[in-house]
Amino acid sequence: MSTSPEDTKPVQDETKRDFLYLTAASMGAVAAGSVVWPLVDQMNPSADTLALSTTEADLSAVQEGQSITVMWRGAPVFIRRRTVTEIEEARAVDVSTLRDKETDEQRAKRPEWLIMTGICTHLGCVPLGQKQGDQKGEYGGWFCPCHGSHYDTAGRIRKGPAPKNLVIPPYEFLTETTIKIG
Amino acid sequence: MASGKREQFENPVVEWVDSRLPIFTMMQKEYGVFPTPKNFNYFWNFGAIAMFMLITMIVSGIVLAMHYTAHSTLAFDSVEHIMRDVYYGWLLRYIHANGASFFFIAVYIHLYRGLYYGSYKKPRELLWILGVAIFLLMMATAFMGYVLPWGQMSFWGAQVITSFFSAIPGVGESIVVWLRGGFSLDNPTLNRFFSLHYLLPFVIVGVVFLHIWALHVTGSNNPEGVEPKTKKDTLPFHPYYTMKDTFGLMAFVTIYAVFVFFFPNSLGHADNYIPANPIVTPAHIVPEWYFLPFYAILRAFTFGVNAYLLVGLGLAAVAFYPLFTKKKGSEISLILMAGIMVFSGAFLLAGYFSQLELDSGAKALVLPYSDAFVDAKLCGVLAMFGSIALLFVLPFLDTHPVRSARYRPWFKIGVLLLVVDVAILTVCGAKPAEGFWVPLSQVSMLYYMGFFVVGIPFLSKFEPIRDLPKSIHQSVLAKPQKIVVKG
Ligand code: HEM
Ligand code: FES
Repeated sequence: MSTSPEDTKPVQDETKRDFLYLTAASMGAVAAGSVVWPLVDQMNPSADTLALSTTEADLSAVQEGQSITVMWRGAPVFIRRRTVTEIEEARAVDVSTLRDKETDEQRAKRPEWLIMTGICTHLGCVPLGQKQGDQKGEYGGWFCPCHGSHYDTAGRIRKGPAPKNLVIPPYEFLTETTIKIG
Repeated sequence: MASGKREQFENPVVEWVDSRLPIFTMMQKEYGVFPTPKNFNYFWNFGAIAMFMLITMIVSGIVLAMHYTAHSTLAFDSVEHIMRDVYYGWLLRYIHANGASFFFIAVYIHLYRGLYYGSYKKPRELLWILGVAIFLLMMATAFMGYVLPWGQMSFWGAQVITSFFSAIPGVGESIVVWLRGGFSLDNPTLNRFFSLHYLLPFVIVGVVFLHIWALHVTGSNNPEGVEPKTKKDTLPFHPYYTMKDTFGLMAFVTIYAVFVFFFPNSLGHADNYIPANPIVTPAHIVPEWYFLPFYAILRAFTFGVNAYLLVGLGLAAVAFYPLFTKKKGSEISLILMAGIMVFSGAFLLAGYFSQLELDSGAKALVLPYSDAFVDAKLCGVLAMFGSIALLFVLPFLDTHPVRSARYRPWFKIGVLLLVVDVAILTVCGAKPAEGFWVPLSQVSMLYYMGFFVVGIPFLSKFEPIRDLPKSIHQSVLAKPQKIVVKG
């Protein structure tokens, strides 16, 4: 090269320094990230917890108007064999007036069986309404006593602080009277 | 700390150590001769008391951990084993359980002292912020400790508090699963809480060290809120304040001991003596008393933010904006501010009532576009964390040059009402969220937030600046002295 070393060198050096700083810093960030990630990820559900992720339930003993509670992944699942009036009530609602807009058809694969996790979508209490004589709230479904959320006969939030309907877990009917949740 | 000339110690062992590691010199400087304002009242005892409580918690906690088992099937029984079988186990547990309450009592008084006498102001902003950080760490520690006995309140309290994070849009549910280490609250949760409950107190010790370091840079504030100027204003820490602190501590510990020995369960909940049951929620979930005001704020949001509330808040921000600028007080048009406030108020009320559900389930006020886009749950969680965040930014909200409420009559009224307000919130937090308690907690929350966000900046601009005493010494002498001469 013909340019004198005096006036090019400092400039070249500076960009070279920047390059070195940047690569060093980004390698450092990658290294730090790869150390931090295992520390963060270990807190996720472990393999044995994940392995317990399905449960089967026998529904043969459940009469119309009765409910049972089964445990799935450590949390209660409500299974209710609904009465005809309950189904009618749930279907008569104008969906556009609801907070979390879902039709009854979207929530129950078979209208008779309503299957949902029994965890209030507000802050996680277990709503009342499974047992005979429980308070069922103003919509005849479930009532969460913690902060007063009312759910209707399709488990949809109708009144109170909860933002969402009771969650429908993935489930399928294995036979007419057994289901697999999860 | 080591710089400067070191005085020699007479004791040869002390001298040998000190010349190699000047720890005795440091103690002498920071706790022996440390110049301390001479006009402290008893409110200045609570820092030392809080320090004592922290040590008490660590000592009692470590011995409890020798007998405690962090497993969901064994935890409850191991606590009962501590109570019944371990020598003095009952005492250690009651010291620890009631100690948490008394630690909070000390810290709340300590914090309020700072608020009242303006200790958060320049140059003590960082000192204050470190203090709020300690408070936050304490809340996390106490919450996780309360989960350890794995009773019904432990379980459901943890259920509700970990559920807070589900309010975060999008990733909320995954965060909750990550925090719990499972799809529901279970053994993994208990284990990590024990690990963190063991760790955090030592983090607190670290922050306390920084807090005291910062204190020893600026020196203490005092009830008059004027800085010491001459030697006449201060006293050496020892023996004056070592004695006063010891006396105050003894009084405090006496009351604490009365609870430990005579009313050990009066501050807790009977439900926590029922083993955790994931399918039955207790009829009434209540956190420990020291969390009640924040719990009340969480539940005060029975409504979300809709378009009307947003416009109302926007207008309020416009009206209050001048409070946050450098302009002098007199240049702000109060009339204009009031005008905008009226509109803002109208929108806020419309927003509130269009969200309010009547007993029939219908809305109190039917308006178009009144659906909430930030739901009530998220609002509640944000407000709760916000109420603590406000304490962090307080030093920057308050620009009034006078520190102590003694010389700020307007501020004094506001800050005294804050005590009443927080007391009301405490009661609201303990009551079921229904009927009359809901609007009461809403109004109280409004005062709490308003005091910091609007009240403090407003007073910073408009509260007259009064003459302060020339010095601490002078103000002490100026007080009418009752001198009783006994014959
Ligand atoms: C900032 C300091 C601390 C606070 C505020 C605190 C708070 C609490 C609270 C509120 C409980 C529940 C008490 C009950 O109802 O039984 C608890 C339990 C417990 N804590 Fe701490 N704690 C602190 C420090 C420590 C330390 C340093 C340890 C050491 C490992 C520890 C170990 C335990 C154990 C083993 C339990 C379960 C036994 C029991 O429930 O009595 N704690 N803590
Ligand atoms: S947890 Fe159900 S209403 Fe709050």
